[in-house]
Amino acid sequence: MANKWKVRAQLKGGTTTLKALITHPMETGMRKNKKTGKKFPAHFIQSLTVEHNGKSVLNADMGPAISANPYLSIKFKGAAAGDSVKISWSDNKGGSDSHTVKVR
Amino acid sequence: MKKILLIATAFSIAVGAPIMASASPSGDLKAFRAYFKKRFPDVKLSAYKDGIYAINKERREAWLEFEDFAPPYEDGVALGKKLFNTPFANGKTYASCFKNNGIGIRQDFPYFSAKKGDVVTLEGAINACRIKNGEKKLGWKKGKIAAISAYMGHTSRGNKVNIKIPNNPRAMAIYEEGKRQFYAKRGQLNFSCADCHVYQSGNMARGNLLSPALGHVTHFPVWRKKWAKKTFAKKNKRGATDGFGTLHRRYGGCNKQVRAKPFKAQKKEYKALEYFHTYMSNGMVVNAPGLRQ
Repeated sequence: MANKWKVRAQLKGGTTTLKALITHPMETGMRKNKKTGKKFPAHFIQSLTVEHNGKSVLNADMGPAISANPYLSIKFKGAAAGDSVKISWSDNKGGSDSHTVKVR
Repeated sequence: MKKILLIATAFSIAVGAPIMASASPSGDLKAFRAYFKKRFPDVKLSAYKDGIYAINKERREAWLEFEDFAPPYEDGVALGKKLFNTPFANGKTYASCFKNNGIGIRQDFPYFSAKKGDVVTLEGAINACRIKNGEKKLGWKKGKIAAISAYMGHTSRGNKVNIKIPNNPRAMAIYEEGKRQFYAKRGQLNFSCADCHVYQSGNMARGNLLSPALGHVTHFPVWRKKWAKKTFAKKNKRGATDGFGTLHRRYGGCNKQVRAKPFKAQKKEYKALEYFHTYMSNGMVVNAPGLRQ
């Protein structure tokens, strides 16, 4: 399941709807392991960006309040069919990942 | 005590006249559907396969969004496919036990086998297949068996439920037992299946919308968000089969909610109930596995 992406960018009437399902544990750092009594170390996405043909359309600062495997849905204007949309994130442990889709 | 009695009385008044008992299954079916037709005049018969999403617009929209974009059961179905096609130690696969190699047959289950004198459920057939091929039984309610069953249901999407009640005294007895299970009051709350899912369907039970019993079985096994959450809390990691549960797991959960002791999965009570319950949804389109709350 690691780093599995599910992204779709759909153009309709001049507006592109981007939907993305990101695979990430989004551990808050507050949850306890019942067996050992220790807390699970925090592990969450801190920044997320969406780029359309290299131009940024969204910069998001995310925190531990967002659920595991976050779902993102945004709308933006100015894209044409076949353009590339890149979505990328980086987390508090220094991990990062990105994924590119074509607008349909 | 007085208060409880009062609520109980109020409830029985609200319930009103129960469906009149008919002698034949086809008569039952007619009366059953006529009730829902009256209760939800705007809902088409074919729409009941979507459960509560047939009767609640807002929840339907959210559900369609999930179904369309990223249904969480996808990985589980993929796992089910893999398990289904993995040969047993003797080289045979599940396909050898089913007609049409196990593809697109969900709508025929449960069926009455005159040879066994009993009803055969899909999960029952899966485990019978394992035993026949020298493998151990799988647990009845969740995990691998639900994944396999979900895959088989997924290949049957679009087919219509086709349950036959043969003119056989044993089959009729099982049907009648199922009907009795459906209408029998149980538990400390003294509810029957029908109380919630027929007479109160569409109403709220706290935060939950009660689904109509018509079309219930078409989407089983289901992926429930509640179960996925429970499994995650227990195992601390996410897996492909987390939210899956079979129809008998759901029956058990329902019985617990009315504070009754559940019957064991795949024993005669729930098998009979499944037989009756599925027959009521005859002709509806299979859309297993369903995504539910």
